[in-house]
Amino acid sequence: MSKLELNNVRKQYGALAVVDDLSLQLRKGELVTLLGPSGCGKTTTLRMIAGFIELSGGSIAVDGRQISGAGRTVPPEHRGMSMIFQSYAIWPNMTVAENVAFGLNVRRVPGEESKRRVEEMLDVVKLGALAQRYPAELSGGQQQRVALARAMVVRPEVLLLDEPLSNLDANLREEMAGEIRRLHDEFNFTTVYVTHDQTEAMTISDRIAVLNLGKLEQIDTPWNLYNRPRTRFVAGFIGQTNLVEGHVRDGQIRLRGLEGVLPMGGQAAAASADMRISIRPQSLFLGPQGNGALPMGAVSVVARTYLGEYWDYLVRPTAGGDELKVHAPPSSVLDVGHESLLSIDPAGVALVS
Amino acid sequence: MSEAVTIAPPMRARIPNRMGDPAVWLFGTLILLLILLVANPILRLIWDSFHTADGTLSFSSYAAALGRSRNLQALLNSFYLGVAVTAIAIALGVPLALAVSRTNMPARGFTHVSVLAAFVMPNFLGAIAWILLAGPNAGWLNRLWSEVLGTDRGPFNIFSFWGLAFVIALYTYPLIYVFTKSALDLVSTELEDAASIHGAGKLRTLTRVTLPLVLPSIVGAAILIFLESVALYGTPALIAIPAGLNLATTQIVSFFEYPLKVEQAAAFSMPILALTVVMLYLQRRLLARKGFVSVSGKGGERRPFDVGAWKWVLLGYSALVSLLTVVMPLIILVLASLSKAWGRGFSAGNLTFANFYNIFFEQLTVRSALVNTVTYSAVTALVCVAMGMCVAYATQRRITPFPTLIQFLALAPVAVPGLILAIGLYAAYAGPPFSLYGTGALVVVAFTTRFLPIAVTACGAGVRSLNPELEEAVRILGGGRLTALGKVVVPLLNKTLVGAFILVFVICTKELSTAVFLTGPASRVVSVLTLDLSEQGNYESLAAMGVVLVVIVTLVVGIGMRIAGRDFMLRRS
Repeated sequence: MSKLELNNVRKQYGALAVVDDLSLQLRKGELVTLLGPSGCGKTTTLRMIAGFIELSGGSIAVDGRQISGAGRTVPPEHRGMSMIFQSYAIWPNMTVAENVAFGLNVRRVPGEESKRRVEEMLDVVKLGALAQRYPAELSGGQQQRVALARAMVVRPEVLLLDEPLSNLDANLREEMAGEIRRLHDEFNFTTVYVTHDQTEAMTISDRIAVLNLGKLEQIDTPWNLYNRPRTRFVAGFIGQTNLVEGHVRDGQIRLRGLEGVLPMGGQAAAASADMRISIRPQSLFLGPQGNGALPMGAVSVVARTYLGEYWDYLVRPTAGGDELKVHAPPSSVLDVGHESLLSIDPAGVALVS
Repeated sequence: MSEAVTIAPPMRARIPNRMGDPAVWLFGTLILLLILLVANPILRLIWDSFHTADGTLSFSSYAAALGRSRNLQALLNSFYLGVAVTAIAIALGVPLALAVSRTNMPARGFTHVSVLAAFVMPNFLGAIAWILLAGPNAGWLNRLWSEVLGTDRGPFNIFSFWGLAFVIALYTYPLIYVFTKSALDLVSTELEDAASIHGAGKLRTLTRVTLPLVLPSIVGAAILIFLESVALYGTPALIAIPAGLNLATTQIVSFFEYPLKVEQAAAFSMPILALTVVMLYLQRRLLARKGFVSVSGKGGERRPFDVGAWKWVLLGYSALVSLLTVVMPLIILVLASLSKAWGRGFSAGNLTFANFYNIFFEQLTVRSALVNTVTYSAVTALVCVAMGMCVAYATQRRITPFPTLIQFLALAPVAVPGLILAIGLYAAYAGPPFSLYGTGALVVVAFTTRFLPIAVTACGAGVRSLNPELEEAVRILGGGRLTALGKVVVPLLNKTLVGAFILVFVICTKELSTAVFLTGPASRVVSVLTLDLSEQGNYESLAAMGVVLVVIVTLVVGIGMRIAGRDFMLRRS
């Protein structure tokens, strides 16, 4: 049985559906990220799980018990969840230890046990020495750890995180993302994580649910999401990609202006159809290439930009066809107008709808 | 840590229904209170104006109240008075605001404090002081004048239209100052620099750039002052009645003399009420205009203007204003309170502490008025802050249905002049079934209704400053709404709440117009007693009582400034 289940959840403000027909199932102990651009409905979804927002349709259940649904919403304080907020929401009028102990006091955990659990949790997030400080004296990263400790010390049914790293600078963000994953591996709380940052999502998630305009585009493991995006939106949102017209026939993919063919790699499609194809720029190679990349045909360089870590080439099949973006290593230097053989690694090729 | 992995099920099996949530009951009570305090009196007032005493529908009250030329003249006089007061207040407040906010005038902090003092000073005490200073013949300024110049009598007569306008302006101008100053504080120096770089001189920059930017704020404050002067009763009762000047407010009170004509009072109030509502609406519109970008958000870099020798002129003007509003009145009150007979002037033979002894140990009316004032003000402030907090919280966090309606009800008393509100409260609660006339409860009810908007506004600003996630964090961890209020919201807003408490307390101690015909012999407050003592000519006891009140209020304000910061009273809201 799923730990947390969203069934056809819908939230409507007036005529506008900000979340539409969203269904998700989380296994116990799973960490699922809701990923999407701002306005995609991910935070609304999270707040519906938390009980801050009532549903317009559908239902939400924990362990098979419905907590949100038609006409009845269990208030947040009776859901046994905990949440980490974008602003951290550390109470400035309480010390670090008081913040962390709050949920235990509300649950009437006896003093001795409460004290022990707070101390243990503060050690886990490496804040043991700062227990008696007030939040104003802490750095952003430390406040973030307090928020984590406060949310986890109560051993929540479900842990919710709302863009927890968006207020941190880049280095700290990476470090804290690793920290959150480490804590998840240690405690295994069923977790829903909201972010608009795909790197963050890739770093910490078991599965990622990509949302766009209130609808679920795809839910999958990070590897599949990158290499086997099923929709144009997902292909474009996760990493860079080339979206080109292609033709599928007899289990093979053909691209306009290129004589080579690509295998479908088990992806389902009609027997013969024109389709959109997503090809990752890293899966394209200029010049002779081994390593499973298949030769496709001759292309010429239309434009190029040197980005330090790689060359960003724009190439066009000499026989005519869609322009393609290629990421090539710094050592592979080709002038504009130069002709070369293009080969493609089929692992980076996906049929999208 | 392995045992931490076993997840205890903290979710409670019983899911309480909505009615079990104490927050719902609390905020339901709040709505009921608002209806009792605000909606009922105002509706009752309107109802009474259209009915005769025996309850039949009729317009006879309007005909009787507005059909007499004497009564219409009273409305007109109030209008003229409002215009005159506003003009004087602008002349007093704008230069001071400019000087403190934008120039390098010395002693700016001192000027600011003296404006605060003028705001705190009850206007009826100011009026008494000015009667002692500038009353014809016996006024000390007149006597000084005739002694120095050897003339028969001095030129000052406070018992006149301009005397009245002058005294009212002295204690209302802080509003102009506060509005102008807070707008000026947001004008970036860069805007003025831009004018200078294009060749404008200092005066031109001031008149073409700075003043136009803050003009909406000045006009907004001017409207408030106009309305306040029209609605004021204390100073007019002390000065206009002896001067033979009939004003709207004195006319309303005369409807309450025997034989009581509550319905006529209600009908007579309607034009004033309508004027107030319309002008407040205009004022809101004016201040909400978005065109003046500079008067919002951060002001950028700011430098005081070097005004050269003009700074001494400004300083002289500031000193003169504080002399007229605070220093001279306080000196005269203290001297009079220490005199056997204030008319004999100040000399060793005239010195006595008997007045203070009297008011504390012999004239029990004075002592009980002081005790009443402090008690009612404190209770009102407490109730206002509690209700204001609940209203602000419930409406901003959308806990109750119809938040806009609740907000409207709680702020509606702003648009009802004190005297007129008192008529409504009198009609609603003085007689059976409540029979509150003459009790302290009715005074507290009246003060609470009148000043609830102040508390709501102050608490609203506080609640807005809090990130709602702070409360959501409480709830997701298992605490209810009331836990969030008690453990997080109130502790975080304690300064705001103390500030609002003291602000309401101080304003209550000055309040006369709502109290004047709601108090009975046992519930008399200082402001009402001032009128009685003034009528009896007992200025020595009156001055002593005033001095005691000023000492109490100053102490309270001092405590407030320690807790809530220097500017907690002079904020624009």
